[in-house]
Amino acid sequence: MSEVILQVNHLSKSFGKNEVLKDIDFSVKKGDVTSIIGSSGSGKSTLLRCVNLLETPTSGEIIYRGQNIETLKGGQSEYRSHVGMVFQSFNLFANMSVLKNCVIGQTKVLGKTKDEAQAEAMKFLEKVGMAPYINAKPHQLSGGQKQRVAIARALAMNPDVLLFDEPTSALDPEMVGEVLSVMQDLAAEGMTMLVVTHEMAFAKDVSNRVIYMNKGVICEDGTPEQIFGNPQKQETKDFLARFRSLSE
Amino acid sequence: MNKFTALYADMIKTWEGHSAQYLNGVVSTLSLAFVATVIGCIIGLVCGILQTIPYSKKDNPFKKAVLWLIRIIIRIYVEVFRGTPMVLQAMFVYFAIPYFTNNTVRLDVIPTAYLVVSINTGAYMAETVRGGILSIDPGQTEGAKAIGMNHLQTMLYVILPQTIKNIIPQIGNNFIINIKDTSVMFIIGYTELFAAHKAIVGAKYVYFPSSVITMILYLALTVIASIILRWWEDLMDGPDNFDVATTDTLALTSGTYNYRGDKKKKKREKQQIDANTEREEKNE
Repeated sequence: MSEVILQVNHLSKSFGKNEVLKDIDFSVKKGDVTSIIGSSGSGKSTLLRCVNLLETPTSGEIIYRGQNIETLKGGQSEYRSHVGMVFQSFNLFANMSVLKNCVIGQTKVLGKTKDEAQAEAMKFLEKVGMAPYINAKPHQLSGGQKQRVAIARALAMNPDVLLFDEPTSALDPEMVGEVLSVMQDLAAEGMTMLVVTHEMAFAKDVSNRVIYMNKGVICEDGTPEQIFGNPQKQETKDFLARFRSLSE
Repeated sequence: MNKFTALYADMIKTWEGHSAQYLNGVVSTLSLAFVATVIGCIIGLVCGILQTIPYSKKDNPFKKAVLWLIRIIIRIYVEVFRGTPMVLQAMFVYFAIPYFTNNTVRLDVIPTAYLVVSINTGAYMAETVRGGILSIDPGQTEGAKAIGMNHLQTMLYVILPQTIKNIIPQIGNNFIINIKDTSVMFIIGYTELFAAHKAIVGAKYVYFPSSVITMILYLALTVIASIILRWWEDLMDGPDNFDVATTDTLALTSGTYNYRGDKKKKKREKQQIDANTEREEKNE
């Protein structure tokens, strides 16, 4: 029985009158690689952004390692430093080199020395194959390269769980592979990951749990075999059928 | 035509008689404009940081009230100092303290001039910085928040460096405006370039020749200022290229990326080719 890192209870989010998330409950255990799938507008990204408090949930609570995050000592910033996030649009700091992007959080937020932080950053930049580019600025890199740096930046903070918000959706098709393979390596090493994705192959082959979301609720939740092999709900079947008809 | 030669002779004569006065004027104009622009920028940046502190409905009422108050105060400051003539602000500040203290306390001319021009510039810069911050992609803020930075850290390390780069043209505008507009400080007796011109004219009745000299001096100041600002802008852009740091020779072929025409690199390549041909010629 592995430890529960994140527990989301009765989470709801409305933008004005538009209720995007309705009473969501789920938990993330250590080492889980969870894929969240669903059509556009189903609330997948909003859910992920609520988990990282980039959106303030309208109601509900988030428990991080047994503690409600509203009562955490360091507040939101402290919590966020334990929960890494990789964005669809990379969001690398445009004014910093690749190395500085991976160092700044460690020195300013975690209080490490510059040397320690650089050594740590290099470790992860090598892992994602971006070590040669440490002097480059983000605008000099391709999309896939940027996303790999973004993953290294998140890893350098030594997070307990890594959130991916459609990490490959803004990439050219030939660059999707390089990012997915980095993610696959991370999953193999036991990193806890929560991935919003449209890459069904990734959801099926890499993750050990799949959540299908529809209209702001978790419609179905299970292993990839259950969801892809034997979906219980009609909505899930319809959604997957759309994908199959496209890929065949 | 001989009017022009006469003017030239008058200008030479005026300059020779009063060059020290003019140059003193130039120095005090430039120092006032420069210091006030720098302080104005700092005021603007601080206002920018304070104005953009985020709050949500869930925050406690005290925090919300304080943030609301800060925004109101900055708003009033901007409206008042942007909406009244600087020449009046100078008199207002200069005479306010003596009025309330029955002439026992008086702020000197020089501090008053620096204070007034600084807070005037600050009012404009506050809006410029706010606009600059709004122009930065929200993703940058999200990226910073996502690795656990608080508002101040996000601003200092991520948002403001990018904002400053974007608002350099506007900082330059303010600096040049200040070089010219500090001339209104003669009203409280600050002796900058325009005051020097007035004094010389008053003594020698050389209205037109002195005007031409002063025009030329102002124009020289502003043109040099714009050249320096352009250079600063280029400097902030950073180098066009980056070096691939690797021992892996395969990465070299795929890694280097040229951005815009890099003159230095072309020059280096040319030198390399020249050196090669030279060597070949020697070998032959």
